[in-house]
Amino acid sequence: MPVSQSGQPPLLRLRGLYSPRLSPVSLDLATGECAAVMGPSGAGKSLLLRQVADLDPGSGEVELNGLARSAMKGFEWRRQVMYCQAEAGWWEDRVAPHFADRAKAAAVMARLGLAEDKLDALVNELSTGERQRLGLVRALALAPRVLLLDEPTAALDQAATGRVEEELRRYLDTGAAILMVTHSEEQARRLARRAWRMEQGRLEPLWT
Amino acid sequence: MDVIKLQALDLAVASLLVVLSAGISFALRLNMQRQVLWAAARTVVQLLLVGHILRIVFAHAAPWLTALVVAVMMALAAREVASRPKARLVGRGNGWVGATAVAATTIITVLFILNTALRPDPWYDPRYTIALIGIVLGSVLNAASLALDGMLSGVRREKLAIEARLALGAPARLAFSSLLRESVRRGIVPSINQMSAAGIITLPGIMTGQIIAGMDPIDAAKYQILLMFLLCGASGMAAIGAAYGAMRRLTDERGRLRLDKLMP
Repeated sequence: MPVSQSGQPPLLRLRGLYSPRLSPVSLDLATGECAAVMGPSGAGKSLLLRQVADLDPGSGEVELNGLARSAMKGFEWRRQVMYCQAEAGWWEDRVAPHFADRAKAAAVMARLGLAEDKLDALVNELSTGERQRLGLVRALALAPRVLLLDEPTAALDQAATGRVEEELRRYLDTGAAILMVTHSEEQARRLARRAWRMEQGRLEPLWT
Repeated sequence: MDVIKLQALDLAVASLLVVLSAGISFALRLNMQRQVLWAAARTVVQLLLVGHILRIVFAHAAPWLTALVVAVMMALAAREVASRPKARLVGRGNGWVGATAVAATTIITVLFILNTALRPDPWYDPRYTIALIGIVLGSVLNAASLALDGMLSGVRREKLAIEARLALGAPARLAFSSLLRESVRRGIVPSINQMSAAGIITLPGIMTGQIIAGMDPIDAAKYQILLMFLLCGASGMAAIGAAYGAMRRLTDERGRLRLDKLMP
């Protein structure tokens, strides 16, 4: 297991995390690191992310900075280890109420190529790609320590994908980590230092 | 009091109206004449049975007998709350949520009234207790089952929204807040409508009964006002209780959304 050079605990450590449809997974993510999970649809990639975020019942332990998940409340954990659904859900009709800090949201949106007036739009007026980016903005605005991204650029064109990846690098530089599911080998190569392949609930190393 | 006592013959004459209703159904081929007659027969049997039971209970005025009748009434109401929503929680969850909401709200409101506005002697006087509980249960049952149905039928539809909030670190209560509000609102609306329509469109049953029994209309109105307040409070509590009870059963100790606790 890779241990960060300073001897500190890894930012995120999975220790034998499993559920009925997921074989035990152990892995470490260092500060500033991005790792990718690839594999066919239905292999359990999203299940792994949901398992890390503690959104589904399962077994095993996860640690953030050496602090055990089981010692925190569920929502405290999810506040720091944040899962971004592939198709984000919205709980208000308009976009703005989903953001606590409008100025902060607008700043990230500008970098992702979204005009600020999108905040005043209705959620169902937006395109899939806009909703996907806004879902990411929503999470980034809360500044979690770890982001669990489920195909963050699936609905985006090349230009928008580039902007998102740039924003993710910027986020990594703040001392965070990303575990992402992607179908794009190129994207994994551009962002991640390591990659795994998920096949029928089993995680196999792909490259480092 | 100068109440006109009804004889069996009077009821037999009145039953001609039921026959008329069944006749209409027959003439128009609505095919409901059997249902009409069956329902009428049930009314006769059920009400006479209740009347006889209450006569015995009132005559004894024993606390345990009163408690027994109250318990049976509550159990029947809880069963009704549990069975009305189409969706079902696993492990008889509907029943538990219904029983808790019904019992807690009914007991709290009735005890409150028996110790403040009405002070019968003894305080558990079945004439007051059972009548009050009977009225309160009707509203509580309605409010609780509407709120429970709102939660259970809405949670699948709102799954993405609820999980989005959970994933962003919201506690379950916050993630469920929209659904909770909507469900509680559904439960409370009927009692608000009842209060605002009272006296204008319909004369409420209690008031009618007391006017026929010879009470002064103003006094009867006061009684009805007291009861309306009681029903309003009770249905509010019942709706909140049922909605939160359902939320507790749809989440777990880690604050996750557990749709697997809803039967497919």
